[in-house]
Amino acid sequence: MGGIFTVDFTTALLFGAVTAGVPLLLAGLGEQISEKTGVLNIGIEGMMLAGAYLGFVAAYDSGSFWLGYLGGAGGGILVALLMMVFCVWLGMNQIVIGIALTLGTQGLTALLHHFQFSRTYPRLGEVPTLPIPLLDDVPVLGESFFDRHPLVYLVVALVFVLGWVFRRTNIGLNLQAAGDNPAALDATGVSVYVTRSSAVLATGALAGIGGAYLANVGAGLFVPFMTNGAGFIGIVLAMLARGNPLWVLFGAFLFGVSLALTTALQVGGLNIPTDVVQMLPFVMVIVVLTVFARHSYLPPALGQPYVRGER
Amino acid sequence: MPQVAQVDRNAVPAVAVEDIVKRFPGVLANDHVSLDFEKGEIHVLLGENGAGKSTLIGILAGMQQPDSGTVRVNGQVIRIGSPRESLQLGIGTVFQHVLLVRSLTVLENLMLGGPWWSRLGRHEALARLMTFSETLGVVIDPDAELGRLSLGQQQQVEIIRALWHGGRVLILDEPTSMLTPAGVRELGQVMRRLRDQGVAIIFITHKLKEAYEFGDRISILRLGRVVGDLPKARLASMSEGDVTNEVIRLMFGPTATVTGDARALVHEGQRRRRAVAVDRSGEPLFMVRDVSASARPGETVLSNVAFDVWPGEVFGIAGVDGNGQKELAEALAGQRPVASGRLVLGDDDLTTLGIGARRRLGMRYITDERLGEGTVGTHSVATNLLVKEIGLPPYWWRGMTRWKQVREHARDKIETFDIRTPSEQTPIARLSGGNIQKVLLAREASSEARVVVFNKPTYGLDLHNTRLARERILKSAASGIATIVISTELDELTELCDRIGVMSQGRLRGIVDNTEGAEMRLGVLMTGADAA
Amino acid sequence: MTAEAQQDVNVTAGGGPRRSAWRDATTTALRVLLPVLLALLAGALIILALGKDPLTYYEYVVQRGLLSPTGFQATVTRTAPLLLIAAGLIVAFRAGIWNLGVDGQFLLAAVVVAALAPELIVFLPRWLTVLLCFVAGALVGAIWSLLPAFLKARHGVNEIITTLMMSFLGISLANVLVKIPFNDPTTTVPQTATLPVADRLPRLFDTTVHAGVILALVVVLLVHLMMTRTAFGLKLQIVGANPRAALHAGLNITGLTFATFALSAGLTGLGGAVEILGVWGTVRADWNPAYGLLVIPLVFLARFNGIAVIGFVLFFAVLMIGGESAARRLDVPHFFVLVLVALLLMFLAVVEYLDHRRRQSRVD
Repeated sequence: MGGIFTVDFTTALLFGAVTAGVPLLLAGLGEQISEKTGVLNIGIEGMMLAGAYLGFVAAYDSGSFWLGYLGGAGGGILVALLMMVFCVWLGMNQIVIGIALTLGTQGLTALLHHFQFSRTYPRLGEVPTLPIPLLDDVPVLGESFFDRHPLVYLVVALVFVLGWVFRRTNIGLNLQAAGDNPAALDATGVSVYVTRSSAVLATGALAGIGGAYLANVGAGLFVPFMTNGAGFIGIVLAMLARGNPLWVLFGAFLFGVSLALTTALQVGGLNIPTDVVQMLPFVMVIVVLTVFARHSYLPPALGQPYVRGER
Repeated sequence: MPQVAQVDRNAVPAVAVEDIVKRFPGVLANDHVSLDFEKGEIHVLLGENGAGKSTLIGILAGMQQPDSGTVRVNGQVIRIGSPRESLQLGIGTVFQHVLLVRSLTVLENLMLGGPWWSRLGRHEALARLMTFSETLGVVIDPDAELGRLSLGQQQQVEIIRALWHGGRVLILDEPTSMLTPAGVRELGQVMRRLRDQGVAIIFITHKLKEAYEFGDRISILRLGRVVGDLPKARLASMSEGDVTNEVIRLMFGPTATVTGDARALVHEGQRRRRAVAVDRSGEPLFMVRDVSASARPGETVLSNVAFDVWPGEVFGIAGVDGNGQKELAEALAGQRPVASGRLVLGDDDLTTLGIGARRRLGMRYITDERLGEGTVGTHSVATNLLVKEIGLPPYWWRGMTRWKQVREHARDKIETFDIRTPSEQTPIARLSGGNIQKVLLAREASSEARVVVFNKPTYGLDLHNTRLARERILKSAASGIATIVISTELDELTELCDRIGVMSQGRLRGIVDNTEGAEMRLGVLMTGADAA
Repeated sequence: MTAEAQQDVNVTAGGGPRRSAWRDATTTALRVLLPVLLALLAGALIILALGKDPLTYYEYVVQRGLLSPTGFQATVTRTAPLLLIAAGLIVAFRAGIWNLGVDGQFLLAAVVVAALAPELIVFLPRWLTVLLCFVAGALVGAIWSLLPAFLKARHGVNEIITTLMMSFLGISLANVLVKIPFNDPTTTVPQTATLPVADRLPRLFDTTVHAGVILALVVVLLVHLMMTRTAFGLKLQIVGANPRAALHAGLNITGLTFATFALSAGLTGLGGAVEILGVWGTVRADWNPAYGLLVIPLVFLARFNGIAVIGFVLFFAVLMIGGESAARRLDVPHFFVLVLVALLLMFLAVVEYLDHRRRQSRVD
């Protein structure tokens, strides 16, 4: 038993946890923004997938990872636009539209992939990394945390920035009010529609970038349906985080660990079948949900479209 | 008598509406309404529920647009297209339902609406809050979470928010419904201080007494039209009795006979339940013995509530909203588990029984939330009339629904209770509030009832339906039913009840006999306990 | 949208504003057909954008799915699992419960039945094997919904996420079961032991359509009857329409919640059993037809009405079978059906919205 407690195993685990955790983190943060304003964004899985596809295409065509993220954001925003129009502006049922967007994106990206890449299955090149001096020499941790593509650092920074925005800016106040009592926000003269629209688009952008990272950095290629529930896990993270981005960070890392176990275990020499290990993240999610069921918090106006003057 | 502050009569009114018409499907809410609102004056809009007051306010607050007519602010014709524009014009509105964000602090609520790109200006906001506190004579903790404050304090924050950006017009829509008598007095003081500084105050109410007490000027609305106006000069010289008679005359016409509705308006708070001697020689019919119940976040914990109700007695429960009345009603009906204590109805102990079992033994509960809880809006009137008896004969047989009998039953009730509905199949949400209440009353007033709990039975109803509901309550008591009425309106309780208990913070503070001076004793009980 | 749908289903003729029955019928027809037409149109545009001829595509679909004798039989056969899932979804949605875990419930039940049937058939007569397998399938489905049911009933946790997660878990688990414990060692490809064709569900007359279709039809009709004519069905609808009113009326919400989940997931599991016993006889590794989520728009289109859903399921089955053929002949992969389903759902929502607006502005 080469083993679980070797350096190799731990490094592989932590390294993989970051790789798998970043998309979850982005999805979770995005969903958190939406849910704060009262929009239950089920379509986030579709936004991630759209971001994965467009992000891959952008990176593949241009050779630049950054352009890939931009493409990913664009893909996510495209899907988010539909959510914005139908749910925020027109007040249609958020769950039905969310399911439709997810299914549609799954189908569309798979379709496009078939016509563009299914014969060649191109891959992207090596991921450029930005090592942080000194810290990257730390054994195990250095390689996993401090020698990654710069987006990782940006996303972690985003967690703290978002926390600050939520608590110390007018935007944060508006977001919270939109989900708690939209009529109150409207009465102060701030548009509930604009607030919620911005939130949904922001979610799309973040989820899209997450999808792009998943495809370009995580896998190096696009495979239909590749998000495999990452967006929904983001929803779980947002539900349990009670409005605090730090919890999303923590939860994303936790689930990232469970996702990374497949490769890590192989490195450690343990021969547990892939399929069994692949069950683990979902088992983890369900266990966490069950244990922390009582602590989940959702804003009062969640899922209800706002119409001025309606009681 | 209200003090008359000096006002320059030649000045342009702060706000004026001319010939406003507003229609909604099936009703003409505002029918060519014209009114002036002067600076430094408390102008009362008096009218029953449904008279069109709230619609007018909605227009001034920018929530909706009139179909025709003009609005002038400081003499200029303006179209108030949104709540933001209303605020920018200096008009601040305090609605009946708290329009604040419960999860934010007082200060954060006040800072809401600032430019989105900037950081929160805490210092400036604090300073401004201090100024307001002094002006209004109130003390509020800026960092308290709004949801934790008492309703009266929340209302004070609402008033501050309405005037936060330098508003010169303050609109208050039925502000006293959630206040203790002491709270109402405080509100009066605040209003007068603002008025003396030149703020134009528009005060909406359906209570004549309030109109007289607070108004420098009273305009009376009925069925969408302004039927009368008592300007300041005239009002100053009239007694309360004069005002009452004049209002009646303006609302119902100069006929000799006073209709039942008019009587209801007039005697609001002035009539006391004639002491129909309740026979207390036997055992009480319904006994609440030291009942306690737990609560989820946001609800009130019940502690050792105890009272008895004799057959034919009307027992009132007074108190400001949010002090456990709803929780008590739920505990009595079986919707909330009793943690300790006992509930006894005649010879039956209800304490551990479920809702259905209690109902079968004669417990009835008419909720205050007609659409939210009392009925299923998308289902028909017929279904709603039997929704508490699903599965029981004769309307169900071996689990199958006998729709024919269900519909017949509904038609029968519609006839008896004069429920206005296109048919028994109409989805109940389409009915007016008064008719939905009739359905609730019809549903619960069955022959086997022994104790009935009415929660805010006349809330939001017009005069006519208010009167009908109250008659039904008295009728139910007359047939020997132990009747419990929960209400935030002291006038209603003194009109209907034999004895009245006061709920405060989940406890029953005291029980008062409905005799001379009961209001005062009740006020003391409510205030003393409301030291939040 | 759900409330509107329910409203129309509950209000029978003889109430409401005076409108001619003719206008009623045309409006309903439009509300149903318009989303379908719009979706097909939008789908055609997408096919065009991919460089293929939409007319040819639809032609192949109709040729195979509807007009060809073997194809039509395949279509009818396909309706069996779809109808059972639809029945399960109708029960859930009417009760206000979003059972999105249907794919996992279906697959797990299918896998268990695929493993069980070949074992039982050795010493039990076919009818008993079939019966036991049906029960097993339903049970597996119901058990798989137990946790979400509990979380919802006890802690009010939103079932959308819990059922979705259980679905992902269920699909993974099903795969593990096929590859390891239930794996048939005699085959090269990982799969369960195959149930011989002779032991599968009997065929109807001379066709390849199996008796499971009859069962599915009967079940759908029974569900419809239950929802519209029994006390239990009415209680479910009330809980779905207004949970607070249901509590106020004294309904046993916890019990009803569990019952709804169990019934909904059980019916879905039965669908899985029927599909295995009637068509495949085995489950291969990584097999996941994912019928569940595809049925959702059909149930909405039918306004949760059991009788109407039969027509929509048939229409969709034509699309699926025809689409499989068109995929081979025209190289438009089967993912297109997913897109079509999504378009159907979106246009349905749009049409509902427009209709709602139109009705509001024209109120009595």
